[in-house]
Amino acid sequence: MRHDHLITSKQLSRGDIETVLDYAAEIDDDPSAVADRHAGTLLGLLFFEPSTRTKMSFETAMKRLGGDVVDMGSVESSSVTKGETLADTVRVIEGYTDALVLRHPKQGAATMASEFVDVPLVNAGDGAGHHPTQTMLDLYTIRENAGLDDLTIGIMGDLKYGRTVHSLAYALTNFDTRQHFISPESLQLPREVVYDLHQRQDGTGIKEHDSLEDVLPSLDVLYVTRIQRERFPDENEYQKVAGEYQIDGDTLEAASDDLTVMHPLPRVDEIAPEIDETDHAAYFEQAHNGVPVRMALLDLLLSDDKGIGGGTDE
Amino acid sequence: MSNDHDHHDGNDAHELRVSKIRDGTVIDHVHGGQALNVLAILGIDGSNGEEVSVGMNVPSDRLARKDIVKVEGRELSQDEVDVLSLIAPDATINIVRDYDVVEKHRVERPDVVEGVLSCPNAGCITTGDEPVTSRFSVLEDGVRCSYCETIVRDEIAALIDT
Ligand SMILES: [Zn+2]
Repeated sequence: MRHDHLITSKQLSRGDIETVLDYAAEIDDDPSAVADRHAGTLLGLLFFEPSTRTKMSFETAMKRLGGDVVDMGSVESSSVTKGETLADTVRVIEGYTDALVLRHPKQGAATMASEFVDVPLVNAGDGAGHHPTQTMLDLYTIRENAGLDDLTIGIMGDLKYGRTVHSLAYALTNFDTRQHFISPESLQLPREVVYDLHQRQDGTGIKEHDSLEDVLPSLDVLYVTRIQRERFPDENEYQKVAGEYQIDGDTLEAASDDLTVMHPLPRVDEIAPEIDETDHAAYFEQAHNGVPVRMALLDLLLSDDKGIGGGTDE
Repeated sequence: MSNDHDHHDGNDAHELRVSKIRDGTVIDHVHGGQALNVLAILGIDGSNGEEVSVGMNVPSDRLARKDIVKVEGRELSQDEVDVLSLIAPDATINIVRDYDVVEKHRVERPDVVEGVLSCPNAGCITTGDEPVTSRFSVLEDGVRCSYCETIVRDEIAALIDT
């Protein structure tokens, strides 16, 4: 199967994921080998929601492939404020560029947009929906640090609204993993996601918890996400749960020495700075991995001879 | 399946409630209370002059109480019949020509319904002003938006886009 768009991590098979990660590792080793691969190629960046880092990461990736980017600028200054539909915007910008990257506040935006364009479209986050390139760099980091098979991972924090968490959980079902989801009750995984995860795996690999304590010693990877104040109607409610999902040196006493701690960043106070200097910390490395991984993805999507999964299936 | 002609069982009271039609479609064995939703899902509101009769909460052998809808002068398409299955999974469709039932079939659940339901998720791209037709995949126990992936299990009738 060959994909022309990258919308959700659900569309990716184990083979697809391995193709991207292997290629990203190759690029990471020798970025100069692909420095001119896409000279003259233009990538359109359509960010209907601010995300400086994700945008910069795509921009860096494209430029390191020898290409360039055009950017629609901030939503406030664009025609969106005049009421233009997303369907129209993508059809216009498609005419200028060779591929599109879309970040949009509405769920399903990337799926819809991809139905209106012929150039490859990459979903860089659609509301509470999906963020597959984040998932790819997460998987890359996990593979580098802990391997992707026989893996026990804890995913902790705001699991309800965290699209990065949902995308990652889907992708991990392609591998031999045990996934522990740790969150306050009010921020548990949406039932839809649990339903899907059980469909994709027999369910024995999926467990939900409200406390990290029981599972921490068994984890190879702990993936922490931010619990946002604004999710709680009442500041007291927030204070009650927030502390329980923060980790510091004391918390990690009970963890394996090999535990890898990840975070999609930005963090606020979920991970104490004292962890940064330990061997556990992989979150900055994780952020840096965004560039080689996005280079690999863009190259695969932009090359006629490649495509994600192209050539690996008969 | 019993030969459930309980509305034609010779009981005049029933005959009076829902009269026979000459040409058209009889949708029988609709769960009690769903008849108006059946009309809504088919986009039938009488504004095109169709002659429609509806029987609600009629006694039935197969369902304790059932609704029945008769549409004069219109034969339902397979697509329409498929969509009906979402809210009337046990319905039987009788195509009537010259007072005779010439075809009788059960509804079947389609894999996908397009342009019939609207997504209940306010954060879904289909709820804005985009030129997009709603699309839901049909699950064993509900429907799921093909765009935002929201699953709806109950109250599917409430999503009917009228
Ligand atoms: Zn939707």
